[in-house]
Amino acid sequence: MQYDLPLWADIAVSAFLLIAAFFGLVGSYGLIRLPDAMTRLHAPTKATTLGVGGVLIGSMIFVLATEGRFSAHELLISLFLFLTSPITALFIAKVHIHLHERPDTLPEPRDGAGWASYTADGPARGVRDLSPLPETEPDQNT
Amino acid sequence: MLSRLLPHPVLSVVLAICWLLLVNTVAINSIVFAVLLGLFVPMLIRPYWPDMPRLSRPLVVIEYGLIVLYDIIKANTEVALIVLFKPSKSLQPAWICVPLDITSPEAITVLGMTITLTPGTVSCDLAADGHAILVHCLHAPDPAAVRDDIKARYERRLKEIFE
Repeated sequence: MQYDLPLWADIAVSAFLLIAAFFGLVGSYGLIRLPDAMTRLHAPTKATTLGVGGVLIGSMIFVLATEGRFSAHELLISLFLFLTSPITALFIAKVHIHLHERPDTLPEPRDGAGWASYTADGPARGVRDLSPLPETEPDQNT
Repeated sequence: MLSRLLPHPVLSVVLAICWLLLVNTVAINSIVFAVLLGLFVPMLIRPYWPDMPRLSRPLVVIEYGLIVLYDIIKANTEVALIVLFKPSKSLQPAWICVPLDITSPEAITVLGMTITLTPGTVSCDLAADGHAILVHCLHAPDPAAVRDDIKARYERRLKEIFE
């Protein structure tokens, strides 16, 4: 399909796509290059937010220039991305803490309470509920 | 009466705006449906989220969002430069313990997400009593400065917003 873009939109869309491609590439390169699991976690979680963000801004300018309306789906995509990508990073970090770290390899939290990964009684324990859980029979089926 | 009908005005407005963004048009029927969503969803979820926080200063939220956006862009360039040019040997990753003054679970959640989204830091764990957060830094020659930066830049504003 042929689109008739004005010159300014052509330049702006291309610029944002190039920026996005650059950061996406750097993020993927960092995933290979960095030395261990925790440092590798940093490259894709950061560089790809701007990588995807660039594509989305380019898409908004494209819609604005071709159809003359403001497209809001891109804003929602970035909102949902910002809500979900920290959760993935947290899961990977938690697995790393359980498999490769011990309480004495991490800095001690204030009050000496210990980190939740090592001390909490169950995965669903929140900050509000700090009273000890009642003793329950272990589930025989699992 | 108004507080029973609209237990969380900010949440209602956010839901309505999200719906309008999702349908991508501002027509009369989508506005009606957005208002309905803003009215009924907070009522439906109230039993499951009993002490939902009230934002004491909603305008600080906008300031906070802009600061985080600026930091994300800065973070991306910094991390890109580290990935491209810094040899692995001179990289100094560090675990940092950030003691928390905020106590509301919602505020701690937002702080943790912000830390993960910004310069070379990932929030990894919470202390069992909720008074500290464990952060991993990609390159931190001065861990104390990173900790003070997080506390001054993000936590202070979250304290204003939530408490």
